[in-house]
Amino acid sequence: MNGHEIAYLDDVGLRLGNTIILRQAKLSLEPGEKVGLLGPNGSGKTTLLRIIATLLQPTSGTGAVLGAEIGTQDVYAIRNRIVMVGHLPGLWPELTLGENTELVARLSGRSPEVAADALAQVGLARASERRADQSSKGMLRRAELARALILEPTLLLLDEAHAGLDAEAIGMVDTIANRVVAGGGAVMLVSHEPDRLNVHRSVQLVDGTLEMVS
Amino acid sequence: MTFWRQVYEVARKDLLVESRTAEVALMTAPFGAAALILIPLAIGTDAPLLSQLGPGLYWIVVLLFGMLVILRKSAVDGQAQRDLVRLLGIEPAAAFAGATVATSALVLFFEVALGPILIALYNPELRGWPWLFVILPLVATGMGLLGTIASGVTTSIGTRTSLTPLLIVPLSLPLLMGATQALEGLRLGRGIVPWLILLFAVDLALAVSGVLAARPLEEAVT
Repeated sequence: MNGHEIAYLDDVGLRLGNTIILRQAKLSLEPGEKVGLLGPNGSGKTTLLRIIATLLQPTSGTGAVLGAEIGTQDVYAIRNRIVMVGHLPGLWPELTLGENTELVARLSGRSPEVAADALAQVGLARASERRADQSSKGMLRRAELARALILEPTLLLLDEAHAGLDAEAIGMVDTIANRVVAGGGAVMLVSHEPDRLNVHRSVQLVDGTLEMVS
Repeated sequence: MTFWRQVYEVARKDLLVESRTAEVALMTAPFGAAALILIPLAIGTDAPLLSQLGPGLYWIVVLLFGMLVILRKSAVDGQAQRDLVRLLGIEPAAAFAGATVATSALVLFFEVALGPILIALYNPELRGWPWLFVILPLVATGMGLLGTIASGVTTSIGTRTSLTPLLIVPLSLPLLMGATQALEGLRLGRGIVPWLILLFAVDLALAVSGVLAARPLEEAVT
Protein backbone atom coordinates (compact mmCIF):
# COMPACT_ATOMS: atom_id res chain seq x y z
CA MET A 1 0.00 0.00 0.00
CA ASN A 2 1.49 3.36 -1.04
CA GLY A 3 -1.57 5.59 -0.79
CA HIS A 4 -1.76 6.21 -4.53
CA GLU A 5 -3.42 2.99 -5.60
CA ILE A 6 -6.74 2.96 -7.42
CA ALA A 7 -7.57 -0.04 -5.27
CA TYR A 8 -5.82 -2.30 -2.82
CA LEU A 9 -6.83 -5.33 -0.80
CA ASP A 10 -4.86 -6.54 2.20
CA ASP A 11 -5.46 -10.04 3.52
CA VAL A 12 -9.06 -9.94 2.37
CA GLY A 13 -11.16 -12.98 3.09
CA LEU A 14 -14.75 -13.84 2.35
CA ARG A 15 -16.80 -16.62 3.81
CA LEU A 16 -20.37 -17.24 2.66
CA GLY A 17 -21.99 -19.67 5.08
CA ASN A 18 -19.55 -22.53 5.45
CA THR A 19 -17.85 -21.87 2.14
CA ILE A 20 -14.61 -19.94 2.05
CA ILE A 21 -14.51 -17.95 -1.18
CA LEU A 22 -11.42 -15.84 -0.56
CA ARG A 23 -8.59 -16.15 1.96
CA GLN A 24 -5.95 -13.53 2.65
CA ALA A 25 -6.15 -12.07 -0.83
CA LYS A 26 -3.68 -9.28 -1.52
CA LEU A 27 -4.00 -7.04 -4.54
CA SER A 28 -2.96 -3.61 -5.67
CA LEU A 29 -4.22 -1.73 -8.73
CA GLU A 30 -2.07 1.22 -9.67
CA PRO A 31 -3.10 4.17 -11.83
CA GLY A 32 -2.58 3.43 -15.51
CA GLU A 33 -2.52 -0.30 -14.94
CA LYS A 34 -4.40 -3.11 -16.66
CA VAL A 35 -4.51 -6.32 -14.67
CA GLY A 36 -5.84 -9.67 -15.79
CA LEU A 37 -7.66 -11.94 -13.36
CA LEU A 38 -7.57 -15.64 -14.15
CA GLY A 39 -8.99 -18.71 -12.50
CA PRO A 40 -11.25 -21.66 -13.12
CA ASN A 41 -15.02 -21.49 -12.98
CA GLY A 42 -16.30 -20.99 -9.47
CA SER A 43 -12.95 -19.84 -8.12
CA GLY A 44 -14.38 -16.53 -6.90
CA LYS A 45 -13.34 -14.14 -9.68
CA THR A 46 -16.73 -12.42 -9.90
CA THR A 47 -16.92 -12.24 -6.11
CA LEU A 48 -13.51 -10.58 -6.00
CA LEU A 49 -14.61 -8.06 -8.64
CA ARG A 50 -17.73 -7.27 -6.60
CA ILE A 51 -15.58 -6.65 -3.52
CA ILE A 52 -13.33 -4.29 -5.52
CA ALA A 53 -16.49 -2.60 -6.84
CA THR A 54 -17.51 -2.06 -3.18
CA LEU A 55 -20.70 -4.05 -3.77
CA LEU A 56 -19.74 -6.82 -1.38
CA GLN A 57 -18.08 -6.54 2.01
CA PRO A 58 -15.28 -8.95 2.86
CA THR A 59 -15.58 -10.82 6.12
CA SER A 60 -11.92 -10.17 7.00
CA GLY A 61 -9.03 -7.97 5.94
CA THR A 62 -8.90 -4.38 4.83
CA GLY A 63 -8.80 -2.47 1.59
CA ALA A 64 -9.61 0.76 -0.13
CA VAL A 65 -10.98 1.75 -3.51
CA LEU A 66 -10.43 5.23 -4.92
CA GLY A 67 -9.45 6.38 -1.45
CA ALA A 68 -12.54 5.01 0.27
CA GLU A 69 -12.06 2.25 2.80
CA ILE A 70 -14.06 -0.85 1.94
CA GLY A 71 -16.90 -1.50 4.37
CA THR A 72 -17.31 2.16 5.32
CA GLN A 73 -19.87 4.70 4.21
CA ASP A 74 -17.15 6.49 2.25
CA VAL A 75 -17.63 4.07 -0.62
CA TYR A 76 -21.05 5.54 -1.45
CA ALA A 77 -19.38 8.68 -2.76
CA ILE A 78 -16.93 6.93 -5.10
CA ARG A 79 -19.17 4.26 -6.59
CA ASN A 80 -20.13 6.42 -9.54
CA ARG A 81 -16.46 6.37 -10.63
CA ILE A 82 -16.56 2.57 -11.01
CA VAL A 83 -18.02 0.66 -13.92
CA MET A 84 -18.40 -3.07 -13.63
CA VAL A 85 -19.48 -5.11 -16.62
CA GLY A 86 -20.57 -8.40 -15.13
CA HIS A 87 -21.11 -11.72 -16.82
CA LEU A 88 -24.85 -11.11 -16.48
CA PRO A 89 -26.00 -8.03 -18.39
CA GLY A 90 -26.90 -5.00 -16.31
CA LEU A 91 -29.73 -4.21 -18.69
CA TRP A 92 -33.49 -4.30 -18.29
CA PRO A 93 -34.64 -7.00 -20.74
CA GLU A 94 -37.93 -5.29 -21.60
CA LEU A 95 -36.25 -2.03 -22.59
CA THR A 96 -34.51 -1.41 -25.88
CA LEU A 97 -30.74 -1.10 -26.03
CA GLY A 98 -31.22 2.61 -26.66
CA GLU A 99 -33.52 3.02 -23.66
CA ASN A 100 -31.12 1.10 -21.44
CA THR A 101 -28.12 3.25 -22.34
CA GLU A 102 -30.21 6.41 -22.19
CA LEU A 103 -31.35 5.42 -18.70
CA VAL A 104 -27.73 5.12 -17.59
CA ALA A 105 -26.99 8.55 -19.05
CA ARG A 106 -30.02 10.13 -17.38
CA LEU A 107 -29.38 8.50 -14.01
CA SER A 108 -25.78 9.70 -14.08
CA GLY A 109 -26.85 13.24 -14.94
CA ARG A 110 -25.72 13.13 -18.57
CA SER A 111 -27.70 13.99 -21.67
CA PRO A 112 -29.38 11.30 -23.79
CA GLU A 113 -27.19 12.38 -26.72
CA VAL A 114 -24.17 10.99 -24.86
CA ALA A 115 -25.91 7.61 -24.76
CA ALA A 116 -26.73 7.69 -28.47
CA ASP A 117 -23.14 8.59 -29.26
CA ALA A 118 -21.80 5.77 -27.07
CA LEU A 119 -24.15 3.29 -28.70
CA ALA A 120 -22.89 4.39 -32.12
CA GLN A 121 -19.28 3.97 -30.98
CA VAL A 122 -19.89 0.33 -30.07
CA GLY A 123 -21.60 -0.28 -33.40
CA LEU A 124 -25.17 -0.46 -32.14
CA ALA A 125 -26.62 2.71 -33.66
CA ARG A 126 -28.95 0.70 -35.89
CA ALA A 127 -29.94 -1.66 -33.09
CA SER A 128 -30.93 0.98 -30.57
CA GLU A 129 -34.63 0.16 -31.02
CA ARG A 130 -34.11 -3.53 -30.38
CA ARG A 131 -35.25 -4.87 -27.03
CA ALA A 132 -32.49 -6.26 -24.82
CA ASP A 133 -34.26 -9.61 -24.47
CA GLN A 134 -34.33 -9.90 -28.25
CA SER A 135 -30.65 -9.08 -28.71
CA SER A 136 -27.73 -11.44 -29.08
CA LYS A 137 -25.20 -11.93 -26.30
CA GLY A 138 -22.63 -9.99 -28.30
CA MET A 139 -25.01 -7.05 -28.70
CA LEU A 140 -25.70 -7.04 -24.98
CA ARG A 141 -21.96 -7.00 -24.24
CA ARG A 142 -21.52 -4.10 -26.65
CA ALA A 143 -24.35 -2.22 -24.94
CA GLU A 144 -22.58 -2.83 -21.64
CA LEU A 145 -19.37 -1.44 -23.09
CA ALA A 146 -21.34 1.63 -24.15
CA ARG A 147 -22.00 2.18 -20.45
CA ALA A 148 -18.25 2.45 -19.86
CA LEU A 149 -18.05 5.06 -22.62
CA ILE A 150 -20.92 7.06 -21.11
CA LEU A 151 -19.66 7.00 -17.53
CA GLU A 152 -15.91 7.41 -18.21
CA PRO A 153 -14.89 5.51 -15.06
CA THR A 154 -11.66 5.70 -13.08
CA LEU A 155 -11.93 1.99 -12.32
CA LEU A 156 -13.22 -0.39 -14.95
CA LEU A 157 -13.95 -4.00 -14.01
CA LEU A 158 -14.72 -6.37 -16.85
CA ASP A 159 -15.95 -9.84 -15.99
CA GLU A 160 -15.41 -12.37 -18.76
CA ALA A 161 -14.27 -9.46 -20.85
CA HIS A 162 -14.24 -11.25 -24.19
CA ALA A 163 -17.14 -13.64 -23.80
CA GLY A 164 -19.56 -13.55 -26.71
CA LEU A 165 -17.65 -10.87 -28.58
CA ASP A 166 -16.42 -10.95 -32.17
CA ALA A 167 -12.94 -9.76 -33.18
CA GLU A 168 -14.12 -6.20 -33.77
CA ALA A 169 -15.76 -5.99 -30.34
CA ILE A 170 -12.70 -7.49 -28.66
CA GLY A 171 -10.77 -4.60 -30.16
CA MET A 172 -13.33 -2.27 -28.60
CA VAL A 173 -12.66 -3.76 -25.17
CA ASP A 174 -8.98 -2.91 -25.57
CA THR A 175 -9.78 0.58 -26.85
CA ILE A 176 -12.08 1.35 -23.92
CA ALA A 177 -9.64 -0.14 -21.39
CA ASN A 178 -6.79 1.89 -22.91
CA ARG A 179 -8.89 5.03 -22.65
CA VAL A 180 -9.43 4.41 -18.92
CA VAL A 181 -5.74 3.80 -18.18
CA ALA A 182 -4.71 6.78 -20.32
CA GLY A 183 -6.87 8.93 -18.04
CA GLY A 184 -5.01 7.67 -14.98
CA GLY A 185 -7.50 4.97 -14.11
CA ALA A 186 -7.12 1.23 -13.77
CA VAL A 187 -8.73 -1.76 -15.41
CA MET A 188 -9.19 -5.32 -14.22
CA LEU A 189 -10.24 -7.91 -16.74
CA VAL A 190 -11.44 -11.41 -16.05
CA SER A 191 -11.02 -13.83 -18.89
CA HIS A 192 -10.81 -17.53 -19.54
CA GLU A 193 -8.60 -16.78 -22.52
CA PRO A 194 -5.30 -15.45 -21.10
CA ASP A 195 -3.80 -15.19 -24.58
CA ARG A 196 -6.35 -12.56 -25.51
CA LEU A 197 -5.69 -10.44 -22.45
CA ASN A 198 -3.72 -7.36 -23.38
CA VAL A 199 -2.66 -6.44 -19.84
CA HIS A 200 0.39 -5.34 -17.87
CA ARG A 201 0.24 -8.29 -15.49
CA SER A 202 -2.09 -11.05 -14.43
CA VAL A 203 -3.06 -12.64 -11.18
CA GLN A 204 -4.72 -15.98 -10.65
CA LEU A 205 -7.22 -17.10 -8.05
CA VAL A 206 -6.26 -20.48 -6.69
CA ASP A 207 -8.10 -21.94 -3.71
CA GLY A 208 -9.25 -18.49 -2.64
CA THR A 209 -5.82 -16.87 -2.73
CA LEU A 210 -4.32 -14.58 -5.36
CA GLU A 211 -1.09 -15.60 -7.04
CA MET A 212 0.98 -13.70 -9.55
CA VAL A 213 1.09 -15.21 -13.03
CA SER A 214 4.50 -15.13 -14.60
CA MET B 1 -28.55 14.84 -10.17
CA THR B 2 -31.24 15.86 -7.68
CA PHE B 3 -33.06 13.42 -5.43
CA TRP B 4 -36.41 14.03 -7.15
CA ARG B 5 -34.90 13.65 -10.61
CA GLN B 6 -33.64 10.21 -9.52
CA VAL B 7 -37.10 9.36 -8.19
CA TYR B 8 -38.62 10.40 -11.52
CA GLU B 9 -36.14 8.38 -13.59
CA VAL B 10 -36.57 5.21 -11.50
CA ALA B 11 -40.38 5.48 -11.60
CA ARG B 12 -40.32 6.17 -15.33
CA LYS B 13 -38.13 3.13 -15.93
CA ASP B 14 -40.39 0.86 -13.84
CA LEU B 15 -43.53 2.06 -15.63
CA LEU B 16 -41.84 1.68 -19.02
CA VAL B 17 -40.89 -1.90 -18.15
CA GLU B 18 -44.44 -2.58 -16.96
CA SER B 19 -45.89 -1.08 -20.15
CA ARG B 20 -43.90 -3.68 -22.11
CA THR B 21 -44.90 -6.66 -19.99
CA ALA B 22 -48.48 -5.37 -19.46
CA GLU B 23 -48.76 -7.79 -16.55
CA VAL B 24 -51.18 -5.57 -14.63
CA ALA B 25 -53.39 -4.53 -17.55
CA LEU B 26 -53.62 -7.91 -19.27
CA MET B 27 -53.51 -10.35 -16.37
CA THR B 28 -54.20 -8.89 -12.95
CA ALA B 29 -56.97 -6.43 -13.84
CA PRO B 30 -59.07 -8.95 -15.82
CA PHE B 31 -58.79 -11.53 -13.03
CA GLY B 32 -59.73 -8.95 -10.41
CA ALA B 33 -62.71 -7.92 -12.55
CA ALA B 34 -63.71 -11.57 -12.91
CA ALA B 35 -63.68 -11.99 -9.13
CA LEU B 36 -65.99 -9.01 -8.68
CA ILE B 37 -68.31 -10.35 -11.38
CA LEU B 38 -68.44 -13.87 -9.94
CA ILE B 39 -69.43 -12.83 -6.41
CA PRO B 40 -72.97 -11.60 -7.37
CA LEU B 41 -73.50 -14.91 -9.16
CA ALA B 42 -72.89 -16.66 -5.86
CA ILE B 43 -74.90 -14.27 -3.72
CA GLY B 44 -77.82 -13.89 -6.13
CA THR B 45 -79.70 -10.77 -7.21
CA ASP B 46 -80.41 -9.40 -3.76
CA ALA B 47 -79.74 -5.75 -4.72
CA PRO B 48 -79.76 -4.26 -1.18
CA LEU B 49 -77.38 -6.97 0.03
CA LEU B 50 -75.03 -6.45 -2.91
CA SER B 51 -75.09 -2.70 -2.33
CA GLN B 52 -74.19 -3.27 1.32
CA LEU B 53 -71.44 -5.79 0.66
CA GLY B 54 -70.03 -4.13 -2.48
CA PRO B 55 -67.48 -1.74 -0.95
CA GLY B 56 -66.05 -4.40 1.38
CA LEU B 57 -65.78 -6.96 -1.39
CA TYR B 58 -64.19 -4.36 -3.65
CA TRP B 59 -61.40 -3.73 -1.14
CA ILE B 60 -60.83 -7.43 -0.53
CA VAL B 61 -60.40 -7.91 -4.28
CA VAL B 62 -58.11 -4.86 -4.44
CA LEU B 63 -56.01 -6.23 -1.59
CA LEU B 64 -55.75 -9.80 -2.87
CA PHE B 65 -55.25 -9.00 -6.53
CA GLY B 66 -53.24 -5.89 -5.68
CA MET B 67 -50.79 -8.36 -4.18
CA LEU B 68 -50.19 -9.62 -7.72
CA VAL B 69 -49.51 -6.04 -8.81
CA ILE B 70 -47.01 -5.66 -5.98
CA LEU B 71 -45.42 -9.04 -6.68
CA ARG B 72 -45.27 -8.58 -10.44
CA LYS B 73 -42.09 -9.87 -12.03
CA SER B 74 -41.07 -6.44 -13.29
CA ALA B 75 -41.07 -5.05 -9.72
CA VAL B 76 -37.87 -6.88 -8.86
CA ASP B 77 -34.50 -6.30 -10.46
CA GLY B 78 -31.88 -9.00 -10.79
CA GLN B 79 -28.49 -8.72 -9.17
CA ALA B 80 -26.88 -7.19 -12.26
CA GLN B 81 -29.47 -4.40 -12.39
CA ARG B 82 -29.22 -3.82 -8.65
CA ASP B 83 -25.42 -3.59 -8.91
CA LEU B 84 -25.79 -1.10 -11.75
CA VAL B 85 -28.14 1.11 -9.73
CA ARG B 86 -25.76 1.04 -6.76
CA LEU B 87 -22.74 1.88 -8.89
CA LEU B 88 -24.57 4.73 -10.57
CA GLY B 89 -24.73 6.31 -7.13
CA ILE B 90 -28.52 6.43 -6.97
CA GLU B 91 -29.68 7.33 -3.47
CA PRO B 92 -31.35 4.20 -2.04
CA ALA B 93 -34.15 6.40 -0.71
CA ALA B 94 -34.68 7.78 -4.21
CA ALA B 95 -34.73 4.28 -5.69
CA PHE B 96 -37.23 3.27 -3.00
CA ALA B 97 -39.42 6.31 -3.69
CA GLY B 98 -39.27 5.79 -7.45
CA ALA B 99 -40.25 2.14 -7.19
CA THR B 100 -43.05 3.09 -4.79
CA VAL B 101 -44.41 5.75 -7.16
CA ALA B 102 -44.50 3.24 -10.02
CA THR B 103 -46.16 0.48 -7.99
CA SER B 104 -48.66 2.90 -6.43
CA ALA B 105 -49.59 4.20 -9.87
CA LEU B 106 -50.25 0.64 -11.03
CA VAL B 107 -52.35 -0.18 -7.95
CA LEU B 108 -54.31 3.04 -8.53
CA PHE B 109 -54.87 2.02 -12.15
CA PHE B 110 -56.12 -1.34 -10.90
CA GLU B 111 -58.48 0.31 -8.39
CA VAL B 112 -59.89 2.62 -11.04
CA ALA B 113 -60.26 -0.22 -13.55
CA LEU B 114 -62.44 -2.14 -11.07
CA GLY B 115 -64.54 0.93 -10.25
CA PRO B 116 -67.05 0.66 -13.11
CA ILE B 117 -67.72 -3.01 -12.26
CA LEU B 118 -68.36 -2.11 -8.63
CA ILE B 119 -70.83 0.58 -9.66
CA ALA B 120 -72.56 -1.49 -12.34
CA LEU B 121 -73.02 -4.69 -10.34
CA TYR B 122 -73.19 -3.52 -6.76
CA ASN B 123 -74.69 -0.01 -7.02
CA PRO B 124 -73.01 1.01 -3.76
CA GLU B 125 -74.80 4.41 -3.43
CA LEU B 126 -71.74 6.42 -2.51
CA ARG B 127 -73.06 9.88 -1.58
CA GLY B 128 -69.71 11.53 -1.01
CA TRP B 129 -68.07 9.93 -4.05
CA PRO B 130 -65.60 12.84 -4.61
CA TRP B 131 -63.84 11.55 -1.48
CA LEU B 132 -62.75 8.61 -3.62
CA PHE B 133 -60.17 10.97 -5.15
CA VAL B 134 -58.54 10.95 -1.71
CA ILE B 135 -59.25 7.39 -0.57
CA LEU B 136 -58.08 5.54 -3.68
CA PRO B 137 -54.65 7.25 -3.88
CA LEU B 138 -54.10 6.81 -0.12
CA VAL B 139 -54.73 3.06 -0.36
CA ALA B 140 -52.69 2.76 -3.57
CA THR B 141 -49.78 4.61 -1.95
CA GLY B 142 -49.95 2.37 1.12
CA MET B 143 -49.89 -0.77 -0.99
CA GLY B 144 -47.10 0.61 -3.15
CA LEU B 145 -45.04 1.37 -0.05
CA LEU B 146 -45.75 -2.03 1.45
CA GLY B 147 -44.80 -3.80 -1.75
CA THR B 148 -41.54 -1.91 -2.16
CA ILE B 149 -40.52 -2.51 1.46
CA ALA B 150 -41.43 -6.19 1.26
CA SER B 151 -39.53 -6.49 -2.01
CA GLY B 152 -36.44 -4.94 -0.39
CA VAL B 153 -36.65 -7.21 2.66
CA THR B 154 -37.14 -10.40 0.69
CA THR B 155 -34.41 -9.50 -1.82
CA SER B 156 -31.94 -8.77 0.97
CA ILE B 157 -32.51 -12.16 2.58
CA GLY B 158 -32.61 -13.99 -0.73
CA THR B 159 -36.21 -15.17 -0.78
CA ARG B 160 -39.33 -13.85 -2.41
CA THR B 161 -42.47 -15.67 -3.37
CA SER B 162 -43.00 -17.47 -0.08
CA LEU B 163 -42.24 -14.65 2.31
CA THR B 164 -43.62 -11.56 0.59
CA PRO B 165 -47.34 -12.28 1.05
CA LEU B 166 -46.68 -13.17 4.68
CA LEU B 167 -45.13 -9.76 5.15
CA ILE B 168 -47.72 -7.81 3.19
CA VAL B 169 -51.03 -9.27 4.32
CA PRO B 170 -50.81 -8.51 8.06
CA LEU B 171 -49.39 -5.04 7.43
CA SER B 172 -52.10 -4.24 4.91
CA LEU B 173 -54.92 -4.89 7.38
CA PRO B 174 -54.99 -1.28 8.66
CA LEU B 175 -55.24 -0.14 5.06
CA LEU B 176 -58.09 -2.56 4.39
CA MET B 177 -59.89 -1.49 7.55
CA GLY B 178 -59.48 2.21 6.83
CA ALA B 179 -60.55 1.87 3.21
CA THR B 180 -63.58 -0.32 4.00
CA GLN B 181 -64.78 1.90 6.81
CA ALA B 182 -64.28 5.04 4.73
CA LEU B 183 -66.47 3.68 1.93
CA GLU B 184 -69.01 2.44 4.46
CA GLY B 185 -69.04 5.93 5.96
CA LEU B 186 -69.70 7.41 2.52
CA ARG B 187 -72.54 4.95 1.93
CA LEU B 188 -74.19 5.76 5.25
CA GLY B 189 -73.44 9.49 5.10
CA ARG B 190 -71.17 9.36 8.17
CA GLY B 191 -67.95 11.27 8.70
CA ILE B 192 -64.89 9.56 7.29
CA VAL B 193 -62.13 11.86 8.49
CA PRO B 194 -60.87 9.46 11.22
CA TRP B 195 -60.47 6.72 8.63
CA LEU B 196 -58.66 9.06 6.27
CA ILE B 197 -56.32 9.96 9.12
CA LEU B 198 -55.69 6.26 9.73
CA LEU B 199 -54.87 5.72 6.03
CA PHE B 200 -52.59 8.75 6.00
CA ALA B 201 -50.86 7.67 9.23
CA VAL B 202 -50.22 4.19 7.84
CA ASP B 203 -48.81 5.66 4.63
CA LEU B 204 -46.59 8.04 6.57
CA ALA B 205 -45.29 5.31 8.87
CA LEU B 206 -44.51 3.07 5.90
CA ALA B 207 -42.85 5.91 3.98
CA VAL B 208 -40.59 6.81 6.91
CA SER B 209 -39.74 3.14 7.55
CA GLY B 210 -39.02 2.56 3.88
CA VAL B 211 -36.75 5.57 3.51
CA LEU B 212 -34.83 4.72 6.68
CA ALA B 213 -34.46 1.06 5.73
CA ALA B 214 -33.57 1.66 2.07
CA ARG B 215 -29.80 1.92 2.51
CA PRO B 216 -29.38 -0.96 5.01
CA LEU B 217 -31.54 -3.23 2.86
CA GLU B 218 -29.61 -2.34 -0.28
CA GLU B 219 -26.26 -2.92 1.38
CA ALA B 220 -27.43 -6.20 2.94
CA VAL B 221 -27.85 -7.80 -0.48
CA THR B 222 -25.02 -10.17 -1.31
